[in-house]
Amino acid sequence: MLGASTWNADRAQEIVDEHLSLEAPMLPILHALQEEFGYVAPEAAPLLAQALNLSRAEVHGVISFYHDFRHEPAGRHVLKLCRGEACQSMGSEELAEDLFTKLGLDWNRTTRDGELTVEPVYCLGLCASSPAALIDGEPIARLDATTLGEAVDEARGL
Amino acid sequence: MTRIFIPKDIAALAVGANKVAAKIEAEARARGLSAEIVRNGSRGAYFLETLVEVETAEGRIGYGPIAPSDVVSLFDAGFLSGGAHALRIGKTDAHPFFARQTRLTFARCGIIDPTSLSDYAGLGGWRGLARAIEIGPAATIAEVTKSGLRGRGGAGFPTGIKWKTVADAPADRRYVVCNFDEGDSGTFADRMIVEGDPYALIEGMTICAVAIGATKGYVYCRSEYPHAAKTFSEALVLARQAGYLGSDVLGSGLSFDIEIRMGAGAYVCGEETALLESLEGKRGVVRAKPPLPAHKGLFQRPTVVNNVLSLVAAPTILERGADFYASYGMGRSRGTMPLQIAGNIRYGGLFETAFGLTLGEIVEDIGGGTASGRPVRSVQCGGPLGAYFPRDYFDTPFDYESFAARDGLIGHGGVVVFDDTVDMSRMARFAMEFCAVESCGKCTPCRIGSTRGVETVDRIRQGVKTAENLVLLDDLCQTMKFGSLCALGGFAPYPVLSAMRHFGEDFGPRALAAE
Repeated sequence: MLGASTWNADRAQEIVDEHLSLEAPMLPILHALQEEFGYVAPEAAPLLAQALNLSRAEVHGVISFYHDFRHEPAGRHVLKLCRGEACQSMGSEELAEDLFTKLGLDWNRTTRDGELTVEPVYCLGLCASSPAALIDGEPIARLDATTLGEAVDEARGL
Repeated sequence: MTRIFIPKDIAALAVGANKVAAKIEAEARARGLSAEIVRNGSRGAYFLETLVEVETAEGRIGYGPIAPSDVVSLFDAGFLSGGAHALRIGKTDAHPFFARQTRLTFARCGIIDPTSLSDYAGLGGWRGLARAIEIGPAATIAEVTKSGLRGRGGAGFPTGIKWKTVADAPADRRYVVCNFDEGDSGTFADRMIVEGDPYALIEGMTICAVAIGATKGYVYCRSEYPHAAKTFSEALVLARQAGYLGSDVLGSGLSFDIEIRMGAGAYVCGEETALLESLEGKRGVVRAKPPLPAHKGLFQRPTVVNNVLSLVAAPTILERGADFYASYGMGRSRGTMPLQIAGNIRYGGLFETAFGLTLGEIVEDIGGGTASGRPVRSVQCGGPLGAYFPRDYFDTPFDYESFAARDGLIGHGGVVVFDDTVDMSRMARFAMEFCAVESCGKCTPCRIGSTRGVETVDRIRQGVKTAENLVLLDDLCQTMKFGSLCALGGFAPYPVLSAMRHFGEDFGPRALAAE
């Protein structure tokens, strides 16, 4: 993801320490780590276990439970395409298949050049403007194959 | 100076509202015209976004949907004084989509600058809270109970009774938790009000805190809504500075503050006990009940867990009285419900109205039928766990009991429309697939049943022992319905069973022949 940096144990420890005054700081820490590094590295589990007085297994259990936390860095750009029923009623599944054929991709995969990751999202709350997606966090709606293709190209700087 | 309103609701941004705003600003400057651009929330008519409004002597005049390429022609038409234009809709309030609504909860949404404290106070804000403080906890709870307000998250549990249970539970501290994990496809009311009128949620939660004696509130916001979270966080800071939150709320001596926490993409965390686990920093696994969250909730303390819409209804009830609120609605469904009309729909958006409209009126009269222009074939109400209704059910009145009587649910008020190109066995497969992806894994019927459900629908779709597999699928659905711990596994069978029952032709040999 844009702005992501490589894992740094000292910086990670700082992030953990910044959140320790909160009640139940686990999720805020995981979000902050992913925000900083673009993913939650395996090294995070022992760090959190130590700080929160939990077992590594418990921490791993939490990290792996939530769809949001990536175990490895994503591509430079991330497209989150909605698969909710409202978007399906306006052809989002066909839109995804079309994009996958064009780019040789599937859900949760990254293009070979590391430029684009496509992830499913189950509803963005843009259901009256379907189909909808987020590209690098920016909302786009009322999509068709052309406008989606343009948005993807624009994000990739093509 | 003329004021121009351009929404910053994410659904408006998604169709280019920022570009429209930039273009209007540049064009005004180039023409030497002075105008103030206000970025409001959305009024909810998403088919009109980007809806640009201009304040004139006769009221707010709307133009929509406006694309950046329309801006020059707007200026040429003299829109700053309400001039004629092909996209002029006239007085926004008089537009049929708005004129037919009863806006109690969403009265300010789309009208005001969302984080302006003076706008909020100027349109009735904080009066409900002031009254709650004045009449005290017991009378506040009595008022909410008397209003007939039921949990708007979907379960429809009486809000006042929940508050009383928490207030009566002995504890060293109590919590208010707002469920802002609006995961149902086809729903966006929570998002829209938090983006468009965030102080209403702060006021509603504070009223609840006064009623139950809570000192801390949490808003659990889904991570898919970063934009709403940002607006709400800004509102929290401003409300705190102005003394609406903190150690002396409105000079009453009461202490209450709110913190926002982000979910992490787990649908099941919209289930209240999974939400509490997640807030505590654990896996979002459903808890067995009892104990109820009202007795042992967040950190084992008595906790009110309410949906955004339940909490934002409280200020109106306190300000205008229980009888006023209860005068709307039908049967045991009192007050108004913000319908969210979505999917393949011509006039999609948020439509707040008293309970009791029929499904047909909602889809055909208000929604104008499909966006594709093809006939409506099915409507899913209540999110991914809601039943698919055929056109034959268009006479069903929109209220909790009428939908339940037809094996459906209104849930959070989402109405998703499909045209006649929909393949209902594929939608049934998706319901099972979604349940498999999102199951928390605690109970077997949901964890295993959903995966077996996907496989069974696949076999039916492939024409393998169709009759036997339809019986098996029905049996599996009954097991999930009655054997699951929470509503995820318990309601996932509803879309499947309703699709089989009403659209059987999509599951049989005919569907196969068509492929």
